[in-house]
Amino acid sequence: MSEQKGSFGIQGTGDTSGYGGLVRSSFSPTSAQKPYGSYFDEVTDELERAFPEFNDAIEKVVVDRGELTLHIKRQRLFDVAKTLRDTETLRFEVCLGVSGVHYPEDSQRELHAVYELLSMTNNRRLRLEVSTPDSDPHIPSLVEVWAGTNWHEREAYDMFGIIFDGHPALTRILMPDDWPGHPQRKDYPLGGISVEYVGATIPSPDNRRSYR
Amino acid sequence: MSTFASSRETTEGTIYSVTGGDWDQVASEIGSAKEERVVVNMGPQHPSTHGVLRLMLELEGETITELRCGIGYLHTGIEKNTEFRTWTQGVTFVTRMDYLSPLFNETTYCLGVEKLLGITNDVPERASVIRVMMMEFNRISSHMVALGTGALELGAITPMFFAFREREKVLDVFEKVSGLRMNMAYIRPGGVAQDLPEGTVAGIRELIKDLRKNFKDNAKLLIGNSIWIKRTKGVGYLDLAGCITLGVTGPVLRSTGMPWDLRKTQPYCGYENYDFDVITADTCDVYGRFLIRMQELEQSLRIIEQCCDKLDKLEGAPVMVADKKIAWPAQLSLGGDGLGNSLDHIRQIMGTSMEALIHHFKIVTEGFRVPAGQVYTPVESPRGELGAHLVSDGGTRPYRVHFRAPSFSNLQSTSAMCEGSLIADVVAAVASIDPVMGDVDR
Repeated sequence: MSEQKGSFGIQGTGDTSGYGGLVRSSFSPTSAQKPYGSYFDEVTDELERAFPEFNDAIEKVVVDRGELTLHIKRQRLFDVAKTLRDTETLRFEVCLGVSGVHYPEDSQRELHAVYELLSMTNNRRLRLEVSTPDSDPHIPSLVEVWAGTNWHEREAYDMFGIIFDGHPALTRILMPDDWPGHPQRKDYPLGGISVEYVGATIPSPDNRRSYR
Repeated sequence: MSTFASSRETTEGTIYSVTGGDWDQVASEIGSAKEERVVVNMGPQHPSTHGVLRLMLELEGETITELRCGIGYLHTGIEKNTEFRTWTQGVTFVTRMDYLSPLFNETTYCLGVEKLLGITNDVPERASVIRVMMMEFNRISSHMVALGTGALELGAITPMFFAFREREKVLDVFEKVSGLRMNMAYIRPGGVAQDLPEGTVAGIRELIKDLRKNFKDNAKLLIGNSIWIKRTKGVGYLDLAGCITLGVTGPVLRSTGMPWDLRKTQPYCGYENYDFDVITADTCDVYGRFLIRMQELEQSLRIIEQCCDKLDKLEGAPVMVADKKIAWPAQLSLGGDGLGNSLDHIRQIMGTSMEALIHHFKIVTEGFRVPAGQVYTPVESPRGELGAHLVSDGGTRPYRVHFRAPSFSNLQSTSAMCEGSLIADVVAAVASIDPVMGDVDR
């Protein structure tokens, strides 16, 4: 994360209308050092105890704005998730969903899947973040661990093209089945494209006839 | 030759298109068919599917063997759109997701932006109290729709009229406070758009008396009604284990006896300073879920009463953060030509201060910068846990906005609630989840 100077902190052209093309800067949060504070030390220590390959599975631990994020290698995601759910001292029994994020500048880690976990037993929250390269967008499915991630994974697939291996029926959920592309990726434009349905095409706004 | 719209042969069997009024012919034709398995498509425009929800039912006789939901008919790309607007403009988009509880969408989004900015503790107390009061009114108006349409879908018309009559009074409060009855964009990062107009609190105190009496009368229409009991008790069963694994929250979770309410367990906006009860039931069914909603109305009124007392004490206090680099530059005021920037402010920026004009222009067109990072801020909406996952790259626009919509997660449990039950119970089960399709599809 870079330091911001002033509220407006203009760099480059200063164009903010959007018509000059939006400029996006990439950022990567830094790993936190122990002690993390709050219940975060307890959660990480317990996970380390219950999951011996902890150091191999966890890429980094980020503590930011009072929230704990564990960045996990995708090969290990399933085991870590199962441990988090089943270990008595952890008991993250609810997965609130999957949110995809696309970082095109983050080479070989372009697509991220973010899981929000909740432990009702201990009244704690935890975030898991997994990344995958755009060229091989595979992440293991967690439907077997938390059945409720079913639709959320379908949405992340629909919007970002992340393929969740082991999902019982990974199909589009919000967009039509024959929709080309994944709309919430950064390389997918907001508008200006023709909307296609089976047997009909609705032209993009700049190609429609004008009403005079 | 049959008289219904059309039928055609496919590899899956014969497909009949029914347009209404021709059920007898279809039924007789299906009756003579060899197959007993029938797949019925319900929606997306069926009046009792709560908006554009499509249900695909596989039936054996009247019993459902498999149920699938088809969603996405109301997908409007709100999450994508917010990436192209300033952080403040995002409020106008997200308020349109769950259109029955817009103030919850706004609050969860604004809490997220404030957390990213690190100004959570700088939000003035009066703004937080107004937020709580508006949210609780919104909970009432949302529950009124749930109860009214829920009863309507099971054949009871009077409760719907009564519920919408009460809801109208609550919408009048919204109109008085924010200028709009729905999609108000009233809650903004740093506070609320404007202070309460004069006489609002006194009017609300009067309204509470009125609502309290009417809620009791309305509840009597359903609670002891033998038809209502037969249609809802034991219907749409989902126990605690099912709710937990499917991530179901809100009244559906509380109907299993689990007292999980984020207002109590993880308070925000100062909910820890209010006295109220978390309502639960132990029936795990449709009856319990509606009972919870009826009783939550009273709890919301209790909270609003406490808000009124606090607001009297905080009369004249600010409703927006003091930091001029974040706060919206002007309060709105009602002029002869409608709601707009206050005349004093216009006079200042147009007549006296060039810097104030530049500041106003910059903050409105460009917005403020939000330090890079990500947060997740949950609130207890009328439907369950509504959470905003916001990612900032340090710019004036969000990098990614994702909403953990309670309707989306809860709707997933429809199959678990309905498979094995009768087709008529699907309508009751869906009504008890109270999904808002704008929230499901975003």
